[in-house]
Amino acid sequence: MKEYSTPILQLHGWRRNLRILLIAAVAVLFLAPALWMISSSLKPDYEIFATPPTLWPISPRWQNYSEALTSLPFGRFAINTMIIALGSIVGHLLSCSIVAYGFARLQAPGKGFFFILMLSTLMLPYPVTMVPLFIIYSKLGLINSFTPLILPTFFGNALYIFLLRQSFKQIPLDLEDAARMDGAGTFQVLMNVILPLSRPALAIVAIFTFQAAWNDFLGPLIFLHNQSLYTLQLGLSLFRGAYNVQWAYLMAASLVVTLPVIAIFFFAQKSFIEGVGFTGTKI
Amino acid sequence: MWVGCTGTHYPPYPHLLNDSDISLALRSLHRNEALSFYIAISPWLVGFLLFTVGPMMISLLISFTDWDLLTAPLWVGLDNYRDLATDPLFIQSIKVTLAYTAAYVPLDLVGGLLLALLVLPRFKGVGAFRTIFYMPTVFSGVAFVVVWLWMLNPNGGLINLTLGWFGIVGPRWLLDPNYALWALVMMSFWGWGRSMALYLGGMQSIPGELYEAAAMDGADSFRQFFTITLPLLSPTIFFILVLSVITTFQSFTSAFVATNGGPLDSTLFLVLYIYRQAFEFFNMGYAAAMSWVLFAIIMTLTVLLMRSQKFWVFYLGGRSE
Repeated sequence: MKEYSTPILQLHGWRRNLRILLIAAVAVLFLAPALWMISSSLKPDYEIFATPPTLWPISPRWQNYSEALTSLPFGRFAINTMIIALGSIVGHLLSCSIVAYGFARLQAPGKGFFFILMLSTLMLPYPVTMVPLFIIYSKLGLINSFTPLILPTFFGNALYIFLLRQSFKQIPLDLEDAARMDGAGTFQVLMNVILPLSRPALAIVAIFTFQAAWNDFLGPLIFLHNQSLYTLQLGLSLFRGAYNVQWAYLMAASLVVTLPVIAIFFFAQKSFIEGVGFTGTKI
Repeated sequence: MWVGCTGTHYPPYPHLLNDSDISLALRSLHRNEALSFYIAISPWLVGFLLFTVGPMMISLLISFTDWDLLTAPLWVGLDNYRDLATDPLFIQSIKVTLAYTAAYVPLDLVGGLLLALLVLPRFKGVGAFRTIFYMPTVFSGVAFVVVWLWMLNPNGGLINLTLGWFGIVGPRWLLDPNYALWALVMMSFWGWGRSMALYLGGMQSIPGELYEAAAMDGADSFRQFFTITLPLLSPTIFFILVLSVITTFQSFTSAFVATNGGPLDSTLFLVLYIYRQAFEFFNMGYAAAMSWVLFAIIMTLTVLLMRSQKFWVFYLGGRSE
């Protein structure tokens, strides 16, 4: 992504220092909740509500982490979440890339109509289909299974199809033609030319799908009632259900649960932020 | 079987072909390509019918019934919709959702823009600041809410602790019906990073020459911001606005986890009320009717926003489709 700096912010002298001060202050504001979370996760019980309050625990209690994670079967929850997340990634990568190729490269009557139709589903509120889907899945005996959460991903997702289509359109047609000259059919062209050249966009789809599946709450809440099938997010909310909230445990567990997403974020920061920017370029 | 617009089937002697042969060949090529197109989009098309159109039809039918899933559904016509009009909890949930959206969306639009302006110019360490501002958005879901639940705790939370240093006794935030909804609005600033990223993308696609030309004509920074940056950013603003309205209207997790709609129903979001009617009271018909009202509101707002586009959204190099 090309960088232009808006001249409005080319400041000098005291105004420049003022801006740096401002940025630092806002950064503190944004970091505070996370730091407070870490600090609280290490506090022993008696220090959580201590007067005068402490910003950092006097003697950090690392056992909070192991105790929080064993007080509920978090290992089981992690495996469940992983199955859903990985299944969803496979589903989205397969379905969205095929559909996106159709929209990016193939001509057919009615194409424009279907494209607009697909984009308009982005505006559809989930609650409208939530009730009937619950009824359908319960008639099929699929409540308390991961099917309702994974199956739909094999049928594409409007946002990711749009994102991949934008990326596929950037690939020069000549490359595709060359492959066709060598006798490649549409499927081979997709597999051998388009997809290898679209790795960044595919990575964005995989990352966003992972994040969405990892953080989803309403879906698992509706379809998974058996505690052995709970996801991490449902597990976290169990802490909340208790009358006496054990804040240190709750903070420790929340941090651990968020860790994989944070790790991926730092690992793929550029594509993460740019991917978000990219989805908004033009609709 | 899945062939596209291949260029491999040219006959060896093109000069021997007459016009009708060529048009025939072209037509079959086109038909093949059209067929390939529909095969390619079939996963989405089938999914659209199975997971969207079908359920929506069913939902509409259910909304005209009384159904608890245990006994047979009872056709009641428009009764559910009529009941909604006099259900104080439903009216409350509409009010809460509208108030939350009206506060959240403008804050998100302005806050994200300010953050983007802070970290747009390149200076040493700007990457770190972009990361810091964006990072909280990966905390979505329950963890995001849980952090703020603790931040806003009246006795041990950081907010009231900080206020205490200045001699202010903080309110009871999520436990006080007068403050709970505004506390939920307040904690949303932690998610501004998403719109910041969208703004950054939009700002970086504004051609630098425009600023150079404006500077030569003697326009100062603020003039440039209001005459170049803001107008050319209007498609991005529009995108964030529409997206933000649609998602905010469907807010659920924050209220479900932080307050469960309380205290005194002051944070009873519409989707939370739908969830309760459907999955706690098993009033499937009533819940379906409510979801259609939600759909109608979101559609109306979206159409209004789309219509408003022509008054304030500018596309560089002509209007987009």
